Amino acid sequence: MVIAASAGGALFSGLAAQGDKPEARPQDPTPGGQLPTHHTEVAGTSHGYQPEQHAYAYVVDIDKCIGCGSCVRACERENNVPPHYFRTWVERYAVSSKRQVDVDSPNGARDGFPPTATGRDVSRSFFVPKLCNHCTETPCVQLCPVGASYRTPDGLILVDESRCIGCGYCVQACPYGSRFIHPVTHVASKCTFCYHRITKGLKPACVGACPVGARKFGDTKDPTDEVAQIIATQSVRVLKPELRTEPNCYYLGLGMEVH
Amino acid sequence: MGEELSGFLFPNDIHILWSLMIVLYPYVTGIVAGAFIVSSLYHVFNRTELRPVARLSMVTSLCFLSVATLPLLMHLGHPERALNIVITPHFTSAMAAFGLIYTLYLILLVLEIWLVYRKQIIMTARRSRGMKRAIFATLALGVYDTSDEALHVDRRAVVVLAALGIPAACILHGYVGFMFGSVKANSFWSTPLMPIIFLFSAVTSGIAMILVLYQTLTKLSSRTIDASCVQSLSRWLALFAVVTVTLELLEIITLAYERSEEWIVIAPLLSSKLAISFIGVQLIFGSLIPIILLGIVVLMQRYLTNPLRNTISFIASAILLIQVFAMRWNVVIGGQTYSKSMRGFREGYQPELFGREGIATALVILLIPFVFMAIFNRYLPLQAEEASTKSSPATELEPTAH
Repeated sequence: MVIAASAGGALFSGLAAQGDKPEARPQDPTPGGQLPTHHTEVAGTSHGYQPEQHAYAYVVDIDKCIGCGSCVRACERENNVPPHYFRTWVERYAVSSKRQVDVDSPNGARDGFPPTATGRDVSRSFFVPKLCNHCTETPCVQLCPVGASYRTPDGLILVDESRCIGCGYCVQACPYGSRFIHPVTHVASKCTFCYHRITKGLKPACVGACPVGARKFGDTKDPTDEVAQIIATQSVRVLKPELRTEPNCYYLGLGMEVH
Repeated sequence: MGEELSGFLFPNDIHILWSLMIVLYPYVTGIVAGAFIVSSLYHVFNRTELRPVARLSMVTSLCFLSVATLPLLMHLGHPERALNIVITPHFTSAMAAFGLIYTLYLILLVLEIWLVYRKQIIMTARRSRGMKRAIFATLALGVYDTSDEALHVDRRAVVVLAALGIPAACILHGYVGFMFGSVKANSFWSTPLMPIIFLFSAVTSGIAMILVLYQTLTKLSSRTIDASCVQSLSRWLALFAVVTVTLELLEIITLAYERSEEWIVIAPLLSSKLAISFIGVQLIFGSLIPIILLGIVVLMQRYLTNPLRNTISFIASAILLIQVFAMRWNVVIGGQTYSKSMRGFREGYQPELFGREGIATALVILLIPFVFMAIFNRYLPLQAEEASTKSSPATELEPTAH
């Protein structure tokens, strides 16, 4: 009985979604609704954007980050991120001279950080911005039972919100804690590298908001791109490399204390 | 890196996502698989002493299978899209296997039950009138052949289905274990042992459920409990329970011995956050006591009277049913209790009482199979009438001192 009802509901919603334009869905958290619902829609969009010509990557420069939280606020505003959920956040590490590590991220550093008060003799401290790594060998796409999470030809991991059933398997699968289930739409949600901006040649909101250039976004298919050059020439690291998710988010100056 | 936990959680890791419903789902499919294995022990491996529970266990399997999707539907963010799993399955995901396996196993089980009950269905159709006759005539599918030859073909088919059903049941529950075991992001879940642990504990819960149900039903219908059946079930239960606990402990012992990075969170997880549910309920109460009790039944067979054996095995089974639930809880909830930051624990999870994923919902889901079984029993008895005429196996096990 329940199965028949859900079958009926599934068919109905499946048919309804076919005619759904992204802009028409009121619960779409991205204003402007430019997120493609299927990756073939991306190819040859009206303003001539060719996704196959791009391979995006992100660089975070730990030594530059001052923990102001502007990126978190910008992302929240740009993408209508619900309170207490985060598409990006900043962590503060306070390492004592005896190598004890205290980490905090008050409300994701949305309002910056209060003064460090660990009660220990802190000899070294730094900030680590984090976001979805848009991994090349990502477990979240592998584990999605309905194919709602997918990889675009330009190297991003996106979620088709009309297909997602909200099972939460991708949230469990992400080693970096980048994903969450949206409390209103009940589908998986995460950083999209501001896809609606980058396909128009703009930078993601967090990159634009950073006052010190700690966050960089670029195209590795463009040899003149700053990010491409950093990745090619400097000693970059990724988070949890032993898991071989092959993140596309690289860090400069990452300490071994960071998980 | 310091050994102390700073209590830091990734900001998105604050909430425990997979709830009581996701604890309940492997529990239900575990009973499905375990009960089926009991019936296959009779049909395929010719454990004739299990004849009294052969039909009961198949129907138990089917009735629990009928509610298996409910916990999942209660949990999904979009249950109305649940069929996406069968319409657009993404087969690199273990979860996508669900639609196919569930359907195949359901067909197999319904077919097997139909073949076993075919003679009863035809006889009931012949005896009844009106609506009941119409229903049973439909169930008979227009075939009224109850000759020995036809019944022999039935039995052969049942053996084949029961044999095919063993891997099907194993996959039905094994994929759930694989679903957890293949998540490399979670070091408490990620182990190749996980599907095996789930499977063995599933069979444990299935046998325990059959033992409890068989004794309850037999008492309710004022019949004699077949002692050799109980003895055999207790032996199988003891075997599976011991292997299950061994595997569960093996995983923990290996983690504790290797003392890799994950031990920094898992040690406090087990000793403080899960102290009651893991060490208390799952290990001491749930494993040690039943294994001792079942050890008594298995090793001290000669000294036990039938009522004593029945009571001990009943208690051991009831405790094991709790143990398997505790194991599911500790894996699902426990694995989510620490953050992927490997530095802190989430708030303890308290399931709501009412609400979609609450305790009341869980209890209702667990109750429905018994209601279905009661209805089934009314029209097609779960226990064959011939069982009460077998007297010699029961007296064989009477202690000679009496």
